[in-house]
Amino acid sequence: MSAHEIRPGEKVHPGDPVIVDRYTTAARINHWITAASLVLLAISGLALFHPVLYFLTSLFGGGSNTRAIHPWIGVVLFLGFFGLFLRFWKANLWKREDGTWMARLYDVLTAHDEKLPEVGKYNAGQKMVFWMMSILIIILILSGLVLWDQYFFEYTSIEQKRIAVLVHAIAAITIICVWIVHVYAAIWVRGTIPAMVRGHVTGGWAWRHHRKWLRELVSGKRG
Amino acid sequence: MFPPLPNPSVQPSASAFGDQDLVRRSASSVPPPARDLPKVAKLIDTSKCIGCKACQVACLEWNDLREEVGENRGVYDNPGDLTPASLTVMRFSEWINPETDDLEWLIRKDGCMHCEDPGCLKACPAPGAIVQYSNGIVDFVHENCIGCGYCIKGCPFNIPRISKVDHKAYKCTLCSDRVAMGQGPACAKACPTQAIVFGTKDEMKQHAAARIEDLKSRGFANAGLYDPPGVGGTHVMYVLHHADQPQIYAGLPNDPKISPVVELWKGVTKYAGLTAIAAFAAVGFMHHLVSGPNRVSDEDERNAKRLTEGKTS
Repeated sequence: MSAHEIRPGEKVHPGDPVIVDRYTTAARINHWITAASLVLLAISGLALFHPVLYFLTSLFGGGSNTRAIHPWIGVVLFLGFFGLFLRFWKANLWKREDGTWMARLYDVLTAHDEKLPEVGKYNAGQKMVFWMMSILIIILILSGLVLWDQYFFEYTSIEQKRIAVLVHAIAAITIICVWIVHVYAAIWVRGTIPAMVRGHVTGGWAWRHHRKWLRELVSGKRG
Repeated sequence: MFPPLPNPSVQPSASAFGDQDLVRRSASSVPPPARDLPKVAKLIDTSKCIGCKACQVACLEWNDLREEVGENRGVYDNPGDLTPASLTVMRFSEWINPETDDLEWLIRKDGCMHCEDPGCLKACPAPGAIVQYSNGIVDFVHENCIGCGYCIKGCPFNIPRISKVDHKAYKCTLCSDRVAMGQGPACAKACPTQAIVFGTKDEMKQHAAARIEDLKSRGFANAGLYDPPGVGGTHVMYVLHHADQPQIYAGLPNDPKISPVVELWKGVTKYAGLTAIAAFAAVGFMHHLVSGPNRVSDEDERNAKRLTEGKTS
């Protein structure tokens, strides 16, 4: 017997080093479609948000094209993230150890992982990124529809559109900041990016950062 | 009677103003102009308007626009609203004066007010799509317009309209092309009663003062000039018989100003937003510099191995 499976695509392969499958191919494709959409949306959105960034519209073939394409990419992001939400929401439910983890954020940032509680597939920081993204994307798609004049101009008043454009801008800035946290954490915590690229991590990575998850996989039981 | 502007010379002549006279340019800055043109204004005297729509026809004609054949909506307004082609419309209101119990037919020619502090220009994200000249004219430059509709959100008067055909915003230009040749707007030229007159803003205020005095002598005690200070004054002004309640003229705003939501969006949000993004990126960068990467140790790998083998053997 060489492997245990607990969720789709999660398997421990004993060896040296131990390899732990973390994401299925479908989940990774889903993730990168969503990621590409978010980056394109941020670039095209920022281009129309502040004049110093207007030159970015040339990446999309000019201002008019940027205006026309941005909402469609938004639809792709929404559908893409909806897929991720269905895949990951259960693993992101808040657990008792998450409060402890958050309370020891200083130890998190100073890489004193030994002082942190054992966590499952996601730590509290990842869960907060997940839920922030979920909420912000709902706010962005709803306010975005109000601003999509080509199809939805008639359905809202100008005052509603004014509020929508402010809400959309604030939510977009917030999600870009959340995205920076997400990307930075993936870079800072070495060994994380292969999880979303190749689909697997080393046993040491799982031991260090998601020990409860590793124990679950090894024992074949969910904690 | 306000002396009408003479017809232009048939000789070619230079434009009276141009890009060198810009005082504002959307999403970009302009050097302060070397000269200051006299402020111009169009004065619309609602008490003289007979609702003939010659101004609407003249506007379509001069700007070479064609309105679609519309539908009768049971009122005189035709078309029912401003459109990308109809840059001006007459709005007819039937109002019962509570003091006299008389039915008053209030007719207001609606269109761009050419605000001194234009909300459309403030909201516009496309460099040079909306410009303001030192004479007060606010103009849309269609080759720079991206059709985003932000001008609609910025405007306190609900004026700009986006074309479904070319996705550009349209509004009254105050006939900037005619004014550049020393002429008044086409609507003023066509108006048979001189309800629309055009000149310098000072001349228009003087002319309005005389009109208001005349109206007051005829029993319109609240006659006055509509030049709303909330947008810095406008370069299209109205003489109203009931200047104390502009809203009875088909919803002319009482105290128009750029929406505080728009001010917030185009003000602090714009700067705080980019600052926040930069700060997050900078903190990440600094954190990595200070703490270095969080690496998995050999011991972590050994522990994982031990755990795995302990359970699988």
